[in-house]
Amino acid sequence: MRTRVKTKLVIVLAVLVVALVSVTPSLTGSLPGWWTKVLPSKAVQLGLDLKGGMELLLEVQTEEAVNNALSRMASDLKTSFKEKNIRLNRAETVGFNRLLVEVRRDKYRDEAAAAIREMFPGTVVTEETETRLAVSYPETEVARLQENAVVQAVETIRSRVDEFGVSEPTILQQGTKRILIQLPGVDDPQRAIQLVKRTAVLKFMLVNETASADSVPQGDVVRYGTNYDPATRTTQRTPYVLRDRVLLTGDTIKDARVRYDSQFGQAYVSLTFDSTGARIFEQVTGDHVKERLAIVLDDNVYSAPVIQERIPGGEAQITGSFTPEEASDLAIVLRAGSLPAPVKILQKWTVSPSLGSDSIRKGLMSILFGFSLVIVFMVFYFRISGFIANTALVLNLVIIMAALALFQATLTLPGIAGIVLTIGMAVDANVLIFERIKEELRSGKTVRAAVDGGYSKAFLTIVDANVTTLIAALVLFQFGTGQVKGFAVTLSIGVLTSMFTAIFVSRTIFESYLENRTLEELSI
Amino acid sequence: MDFIKPNININFVGKRRTALIISLVALLIGVGSLVLKGGPRYGIDFAGGTLVQVKFTDAPDVGRIRDVLTDKGMGSAVIQSLGEEKVSIRVKSEEGQIDTASDDVFAVLAEQFGPDSVSLELVEMVGPQVGADMRRKGMLSMLYAMVGILIYITLRFQFRFAMGAIAALIHDIIITIGVFSLFDKEFTLPVIAALLTIIGYSLNDTIVVYDRIRENIRRTPKDMLASVINTSINQTLSRTILTSGTTLLVVICLFVLGGEVIHDFSFALLVGVVVGTYSSIYIASPMLLLGGRGERAARTSARQG
Repeated sequence: MRTRVKTKLVIVLAVLVVALVSVTPSLTGSLPGWWTKVLPSKAVQLGLDLKGGMELLLEVQTEEAVNNALSRMASDLKTSFKEKNIRLNRAETVGFNRLLVEVRRDKYRDEAAAAIREMFPGTVVTEETETRLAVSYPETEVARLQENAVVQAVETIRSRVDEFGVSEPTILQQGTKRILIQLPGVDDPQRAIQLVKRTAVLKFMLVNETASADSVPQGDVVRYGTNYDPATRTTQRTPYVLRDRVLLTGDTIKDARVRYDSQFGQAYVSLTFDSTGARIFEQVTGDHVKERLAIVLDDNVYSAPVIQERIPGGEAQITGSFTPEEASDLAIVLRAGSLPAPVKILQKWTVSPSLGSDSIRKGLMSILFGFSLVIVFMVFYFRISGFIANTALVLNLVIIMAALALFQATLTLPGIAGIVLTIGMAVDANVLIFERIKEELRSGKTVRAAVDGGYSKAFLTIVDANVTTLIAALVLFQFGTGQVKGFAVTLSIGVLTSMFTAIFVSRTIFESYLENRTLEELSI
Repeated sequence: MDFIKPNININFVGKRRTALIISLVALLIGVGSLVLKGGPRYGIDFAGGTLVQVKFTDAPDVGRIRDVLTDKGMGSAVIQSLGEEKVSIRVKSEEGQIDTASDDVFAVLAEQFGPDSVSLELVEMVGPQVGADMRRKGMLSMLYAMVGILIYITLRFQFRFAMGAIAALIHDIIITIGVFSLFDKEFTLPVIAALLTIIGYSLNDTIVVYDRIRENIRRTPKDMLASVINTSINQTLSRTILTSGTTLLVVICLFVLGGEVIHDFSFALLVGVVVGTYSSIYIASPMLLLGGRGERAARTSARQG
């Protein structure tokens, strides 16, 4: 055998071996230990549509982050103005990036403006009326706050999801304020959404027992507590009037754990504060014995126990009629911290695992069926040459799967469709070559010359034809999301591998088949 | 074995007027259907809204589902039965409640039919803002693909060839969109993917013929261009039919066996493969004759390949 043909055969066999080795992890569930040490052991990654799971696209309400910062500024101002004896009417955010500060009398205004400029250098303070000031952040600061909010939201969500126990989650920032979250295999999407979406701002506030929900003193707020009664299957909403001061926030939490009540086995969440938090909590409980302290999370009152005595040690509890899952999720969000701004769900997509496995079954069915039909047809039409094309086709399929596994590309349902389509189109190159060979044979050339001529004449046509498909596939990849991207990936890989197998592999087989024979006629 | 006789000589170019009429009629029907129905029927991905696919343990009564949903103020929901046990319910996108629409639908069904007899299979929720984004992106991606292809063909062949190919592409896409509208099928993201694939496939076919035309022009520069085109189409006819045949074979498998999730997607491919094959023979190649019918082949001096 000529060495050139031999070298080519060796290359083909080497590719086959590499491909088979790479595909193996996807075919078997368990690999021997020595395998995982030296050989690629990653299976083809299945997309959410095949595995089941959830995809969320969130938008961080970054305007809120700016306003939250202004609100915090307002509460600092209130305290400081009290010390400086500046009488304040109100200090609250109105619209976006605008904090209105209204003093009782015009004589306080300039003092207030000076105090704000001193406390918060860099903010823009404008005088609106004799008694009113507006405070806002300059544009660069607004941009920084918004950017930070998104980065921080990604981090917070990531740590929540990590603790939730999802294998291989994807959490990515998209654009300036969107976050894409993929949670494969999640079987309770509702719970996962709650976990991701919850702002989780924890506040400790005193209950104003003297006021009722109908007549709320200025500055005080009404918040509701919900209580689910399993006996009657009803939920009750209890209003609480809360005093206009946040005594302590969730920022000072060091740890949060689920515990169980020793008497009834009821789940509750136990909080541990850091040293600052512990000091404040001890002081607050000492100052307000016999009053009710409301624990407010995202504007819902979880519990409002009466403080019996000063509580040292920096521990608190949140009780409620929690299921163990609810308590565990609550502990997770408290540990991971609050989102810097609320998030809005822009897009949600969940697929149940049962639909996913159904899709895999049908996808594989259609691959198998389409593949068999093509194989049978090729042998029927091109005889021995068809057999050679089929060998290339099988190798093509193996290489596509191997490439998917090696690059860790995600196989989606449209991706399977891409493979099916590739099978149909992959024979195109061989059909082109074979029809050329037939023409050459008809013009009276010898078998070997006809084969050479067929391959070389069809070569550029094949390249031109495939490059255009590749252009379409690359555009798809650039613009597509999730599923569609999966299709673009398999289509691109398929175009490349089918060119390789149809041109190089089938020719090598042809040449080695013709090597030691002098054929009068070709079975084509 | 040969389906097509090697010395076949069908006068494709001569029938180009008939083909043009057929194409125009098809285009008119498609565009007419689009106009009558007020544009393409966008799926959730593009229009925004919520789609819930539910599986029942027993064959559900669609009428009862409708009554139940209407009672709860979701009367505008579109309910569609998918085979024996499955039902898809589409709720319009309305700002504010979009977050919870899928939960609401499922809660109502679970309450009415019993929580154990319904299970949630698929939820798709797309906000209106994202939908608009997707529409823009989808249109742009088709545009970019065409520009990319135009440039490639101009470089490899000649601008005249590129124009013919693009004309065939636009022809294929409009007809496919028209068929979609005619059959009242929805436009979704995967369907856009299918359209882009059709672009690729249709070109694949066109380029094979073009390649042969270029080769024949060089071989017989004195022949009339029309006859060179005809010869080329005939010479590649066997290949065209074989390839379209095998592709069609597998796309039909996909259509029949692939399941309802990719049904529309494979339907688009099915239409596209047929139309794409037709257009590369009857549209793309005769387009080369525009600008001078009695022209000698040599004047269409294709670049060296």
